[in-house]
Amino acid sequence: MSLPSVSADVHATAAGNRRPDLPRLPAPGKAGRAARRLAVPCAVLVVWQVVVSAGVVHSASLPSPAAVIQAWWAWIFGPVTPLAWYSGTWGPHVLMSLRRVMIGFAIATVAGVGLGVLIGWYAVIEDLFDGTINFLRSVPMTAWVPFAVFFFGIHESAAVFLIAFGSFFPIVVNASSGARQTPRILIRAARMLGTEPRKLLVRVVLPAALPAIFTGLRVGMGLAWVLVIVAEMLAVQGGLGYALWSAYQFSRLDLILAAIVSVGTLGLLSDRLLSAIARRVTRWQTGLTGL
Amino acid sequence: MSGNGALITCRHLSKSFYDIREGQRVVALDDVSLDITRGEFVTVIGPSGCGKTTLLNIVAGFEPPTSGEVLLENRAITGPGADRGVVFQEYALFPWLTLRQNVEYGPRERGVPSTEVRNLVDRTLRMVGLTGAESRYPHELSGGMRQRAALARILVNDPKILLMDEPFAALDAQTRAALQRELARLWAATGKTVLFITHSVEEAVLLGDRVVAMTARPGRVKAAVTVSLGRPRDPTSPAFNEYRRAIETFLAEEIEAGLGGGADGA
Repeated sequence: MSLPSVSADVHATAAGNRRPDLPRLPAPGKAGRAARRLAVPCAVLVVWQVVVSAGVVHSASLPSPAAVIQAWWAWIFGPVTPLAWYSGTWGPHVLMSLRRVMIGFAIATVAGVGLGVLIGWYAVIEDLFDGTINFLRSVPMTAWVPFAVFFFGIHESAAVFLIAFGSFFPIVVNASSGARQTPRILIRAARMLGTEPRKLLVRVVLPAALPAIFTGLRVGMGLAWVLVIVAEMLAVQGGLGYALWSAYQFSRLDLILAAIVSVGTLGLLSDRLLSAIARRVTRWQTGLTGL
Repeated sequence: MSGNGALITCRHLSKSFYDIREGQRVVALDDVSLDITRGEFVTVIGPSGCGKTTLLNIVAGFEPPTSGEVLLENRAITGPGADRGVVFQEYALFPWLTLRQNVEYGPRERGVPSTEVRNLVDRTLRMVGLTGAESRYPHELSGGMRQRAALARILVNDPKILLMDEPFAALDAQTRAALQRELARLWAATGKTVLFITHSVEEAVLLGDRVVAMTARPGRVKAAVTVSLGRPRDPTSPAFNEYRRAIETFLAEEIEAGLGGGADGA
């Protein structure tokens, strides 16, 4: 038989027309989209530089972008020397933060996806855990910082605990709601094709919950970066948050801003990585959703 | 096989359940008895809400009857199984699997060796006319192709009976006609037993060896008409229209009688 071509909106995402149903300007090219994405950051930089250069804001209360880049450069590429505490330490700080985020996030992913899918599928497990989880997730994670310091001491485990515990909640909540929404007809389809009841979780519920699981992972990853900075400012030594706090104590506003931009960049990159993985794993969704 | 020789035996099936929308218990099926012989194509027709889908769900093992029994080769049906393949109106293909993976699903679940799965799936895809689209995901297929895929994934399991729940209702007229012809051809070629639910009288007469007309709620068997027309059938022929008129008369009586109309067994 002849095969009609795939619906056009499957490819629309690549061309940049994300919502083909809405009237809009002609779709821009690749370069056009890149320019559009950079427009706001560039505008902020220009306004910032102008404001400082023109003396609207005093450079002691707001260093210029050029000054921040200069300090950042020394922080990254400067020689390690006892004369300047920050010089050349950016790389090690980043690696420490990255390591904490990765360990904490990995624990949160395994625990959150595992428990979340079980909660969404088995009423018994939902009854056992749902109340406790919703109680705990109402408590802001910063409230746990003093507890973590007392319990773990000034130690890696305090930071990993905060990150894992904090990012666990969005992951578990999204995974359970994804599992709960598994269409009954797909469960029936699997049963009549010969799937045993105990295998339904892996065969049907988990794949059906994947899009929701990735939503939870992205929210959880964002929280992990928030919490690593909080933990490093208050509970452990080393890392970008620790460097940021040191810069504050040395009244180095240029380094504070460099640390902020560093964290933002790392957060953005990890989210991009996660959504690239999500697109690969749930590529069967392409063209199904509006995005 | 012992007993009456039927593949499927439904004896005094009743089903009632609590309907949230209506806020009361409703009787979906009331004392339905029906035998399906091996190789027979049975179509079930009735007004909407007459419990035809409930009947199919009970035979599929998705829902237990409130009372009565349903047997497959004289053994009680206690749950779903690969020996009863279901085609749903909404296709119900796994959206995260490609067409080929959807068809492979059943044999893999049953532990068929991979080399055999390959041949089996190739043969089945050819049988339903879906070669060349194997690597597409369900949402990239047209409605007609999805329903062929749904048919392929149960045929590959070599079930004893095909249970089809208004499978062509969501398709456009041309696609529906094409799939009706192909189903008739596949049925003739494979000798499968089919229980086919529909709300189209024409479809019921076109496909069925026997047309079972059901009453409005509570669903009972109002009449069973054996269609003794040669195949392929011509829906425009006078003989075909006589059947159609007879069955439509049954159904019209039901709709006029409304709830609790004068229904009796076939």
